[in-house]
Amino acid sequence: MKFDKPATDNPIDRLQVVGQPRDRIDGARKVTGTARYAYEHHDVAANQAYGYVVGAGIAKGRIASIKLDAARKAPGVLAIVTAKEAGKLNKGKRNTARLLAGPEIEHYHQAVALVVAESFEQARAAASLVEIAYAPTKGTFDLKKVKDSGKKPEGDDPSLDDTNVGDFPGAFESAQVKLDQSYTTPDESHAMMEPHATLAAWEGERLTLWTSNQMVAWGVADMAATLGISKDNIRIMSPFIGGGFGGKLFLRSDVLLAALGARAAKRPVKVALQRPLMINNTTHRPATIQRIRIGATREGKITAIGHESWSGDLPGGGPEVAVQQTRLLYAGANRMTAMRLVELDLPEGNAMRAPGEAPGLMALEIAMDEMAEKLSLDPIAFRMLNDTQVDPEKPERPFSMRQLGECFRVGAERFGWSRRQARPGTMRDGHGLIGFGVAAAFRNNIVMKSGARVSLDSQGIVTVETDMTDIGTGSYTIIGQTAAEMLGVDLYKVVVRLGDSAFPVSAGSGGQWGGNSATAGVYAACVKLREAVAQKLGINSGEAVFEGGDVKAGNRSLPLASAAASGPLTAEDTIEYGDLDETHQQSTFGAHFVEVSVDTATAETRIRRMLAVCAAGRILNPKTARSQVIGAMTMGAGAALMEELAVDKRRGFFVNHDLAGYEVPVHADIPHQDVIFLDETDPMSSPMKAKGVGELGICGVGAAIANAIYNATGVRVRDYPITLDKLIRHMPDAA
Amino acid sequence: MNRRDLIAAAGACAALPSMVGAARGQPVPIGEPVRASVSFRVNGAGHHLELDTRTTLLDALREHLKLTGTKKGCDHGQCGACTVLVDGQRINSCLTLAVMNQGSEVTTIEGLGSVDNLHPMQAAFVKHDGFQCGYCTPGQICSAVAVLDEIKAGIPSHVSADLEGAMAVSEAELRERMSGNICRCGAYSNIVEAMTDVAGRQG
Repeated sequence: MKFDKPATDNPIDRLQVVGQPRDRIDGARKVTGTARYAYEHHDVAANQAYGYVVGAGIAKGRIASIKLDAARKAPGVLAIVTAKEAGKLNKGKRNTARLLAGPEIEHYHQAVALVVAESFEQARAAASLVEIAYAPTKGTFDLKKVKDSGKKPEGDDPSLDDTNVGDFPGAFESAQVKLDQSYTTPDESHAMMEPHATLAAWEGERLTLWTSNQMVAWGVADMAATLGISKDNIRIMSPFIGGGFGGKLFLRSDVLLAALGARAAKRPVKVALQRPLMINNTTHRPATIQRIRIGATREGKITAIGHESWSGDLPGGGPEVAVQQTRLLYAGANRMTAMRLVELDLPEGNAMRAPGEAPGLMALEIAMDEMAEKLSLDPIAFRMLNDTQVDPEKPERPFSMRQLGECFRVGAERFGWSRRQARPGTMRDGHGLIGFGVAAAFRNNIVMKSGARVSLDSQGIVTVETDMTDIGTGSYTIIGQTAAEMLGVDLYKVVVRLGDSAFPVSAGSGGQWGGNSATAGVYAACVKLREAVAQKLGINSGEAVFEGGDVKAGNRSLPLASAAASGPLTAEDTIEYGDLDETHQQSTFGAHFVEVSVDTATAETRIRRMLAVCAAGRILNPKTARSQVIGAMTMGAGAALMEELAVDKRRGFFVNHDLAGYEVPVHADIPHQDVIFLDETDPMSSPMKAKGVGELGICGVGAAIANAIYNATGVRVRDYPITLDKLIRHMPDAA
Repeated sequence: MNRRDLIAAAGACAALPSMVGAARGQPVPIGEPVRASVSFRVNGAGHHLELDTRTTLLDALREHLKLTGTKKGCDHGQCGACTVLVDGQRINSCLTLAVMNQGSEVTTIEGLGSVDNLHPMQAAFVKHDGFQCGYCTPGQICSAVAVLDEIKAGIPSHVSADLEGAMAVSEAELRERMSGNICRCGAYSNIVEAMTDVAGRQG
């Protein structure tokens, strides 16, 4: 199905199942421990052996020698894989560094060997006997130090280009009120709860992989490329994924090493990256240094806005696209953005939940708060003065839908924003200084081609198959709801099967495109199935109403199941998109409101209240969508207050590489969270009229917390995370 | 190992840094794994296992008994995903060796309820959407069940105002006591609602 005209009325609009806050259809399995994750498939292949990964002990250089004798002789050892044993391996196009290093080392904890043994304990013990001598070379690890060596990112992706509209330097120079500030965000880790894990089994040339991957088709393609085998010989299954956040978008070392280990040991092998290895072995969100300049009239109209960002990555990698939202969020005739990329020899930087916007808005939305204060304007009023319904760079191009103002209005009322004191440090409760903060949330809506297969059996059971993944997002449930709505059956009559490369290729889970695009693909397949059903029943498909398990037309009503009486009916289709996302800017919007208390004596920040108001198209399931938003707000709270990979700038690695050292929010850090979804349907996005919501919630929330801390204390911290050591010396007198 | 051995071992540890260089190139060969037998009950069923003594209770459950509901998030006692109940008390099963649990009664997520017969806490997690990816969920639920029991038993926490009086099932108490169970998806707000719901019905 080609989606190239705005959606009109369709069966989804009935909202009998779609749009309802249904419990997750996979919920009972998850709460009983019967949903099986990558490392847990005991029954699919006999005689499974265990792999344990050895990571490089240097950041850059070469392996001078590697001694395997002792490890080979250790009890239970079946095989050891190193780059030498593995032979020629290519690199998948989505990987920056190789997944198995040697002799060249590109980053710390890059995998250099896999030890395969009869048991996990034996593999671990033997791995400690692998003896490696390194010849290290000098690396570059300090973004701040080498910032000025940054170059324009290479490649033909226009989103990486510098942008210039009007005369930014002139307009900024002559602006009546100006802000020119720098902000920094640190390296961050996805730290999903399930480690990257894979079980690999060979049958002749054919490789089957049970793994934990957000993008099944990408995984197949990159695995085929890496091993130099045909995609047809690889099957990936990823039915349950214990969190991803972008960290499982790509093929990682667990998959390759399990496959190589299984080939060497001639047995199925399973590998889970050890937690202390994960952070340096896999990808992370790169640190940024950002400079923001805003010029405005005395009345608060922005006349010039400029955003520059510096970040680093391994050679061949890309930048953190932290300036993206600034091209679209606020009006202003004169504008510029630029990104500069430096080469660093730290582990590979890549996408983490809302890449670009998450760190970009952490800076931009503090800058807007600072500018509002300079203008003596309420921060919401300042933002509303510079709201826009068109792409500020191309005013002829409207937003498909933009309710940013309504988000702020509704949120301000619900939150009690009018109680905020404009002067910092003036609200107190016991030992705490109280502050309110606000920030805009913004994230683009990306549409992706997505396929599905739907079948109907003689019992009236509808089965949906697609390689779409559910990384906690609720894909199982919203896909089930979509099929139930389209075919007029109860949700329990729908079976959803996901994450298998044998199924039609879907959008996958990433960039908050999965929910809208994958359900649109299911919609397309259901339209075809409805036609097949109508034809089978001798009904004009244009007249057919699918409702209550029946198909009705005029006075006739036939059970849906009867269409499959003589055998199952199956339909497959793919949703493809025209240029509606080019003629119209499709984005999602929100407003974050936060109340904090900062202890007058210790400068410890506690979040007391959080509210997000979101406008993100049709909300397919308010229960799971709300969970996406509160989860993203939680991760944003981590980014604001505690998350930071500490860089060892001499040896070149992230020091706090486990869940004890890399602090993420825990129960005690997070208060009750409120989310309001504005009533919205966006006919430009897809037949579902939905947009993404999984990443919107993290966009801006960090700045709302930072702004609340400023409102509480009068201390403006521009370097995340805002830990108490950055506040305590500047706190107002405790008395 | 007697006390004197322990002191000797500690002394050896202290000397370790200087030995590392010398030891390189001649790794100490290790022998066959030391095996031991252990018996314990899991979810009411008796098990007798012959295990490598290095096997954690977590791996005994997941790899030997194939009870994979208990999750390995970090294997270092940092995340709480492996929380199970041993003799009614919650513990991180990655931090106890299987052989240390001779005679114990272990309850895992599979023992609390099944898909067709959910434990009230499991049902409340579904109703309140107290999870997303589901990986920390069995540990959260085992902890949640134990936390309500701990409060009922009057065991104080860091946020309890009175160390000796009756404990209230307040949100602050639940959050404090649940803080050893990390949920990266960020379902905390919903988990507290689920626990409050169950506590309310328990009265």
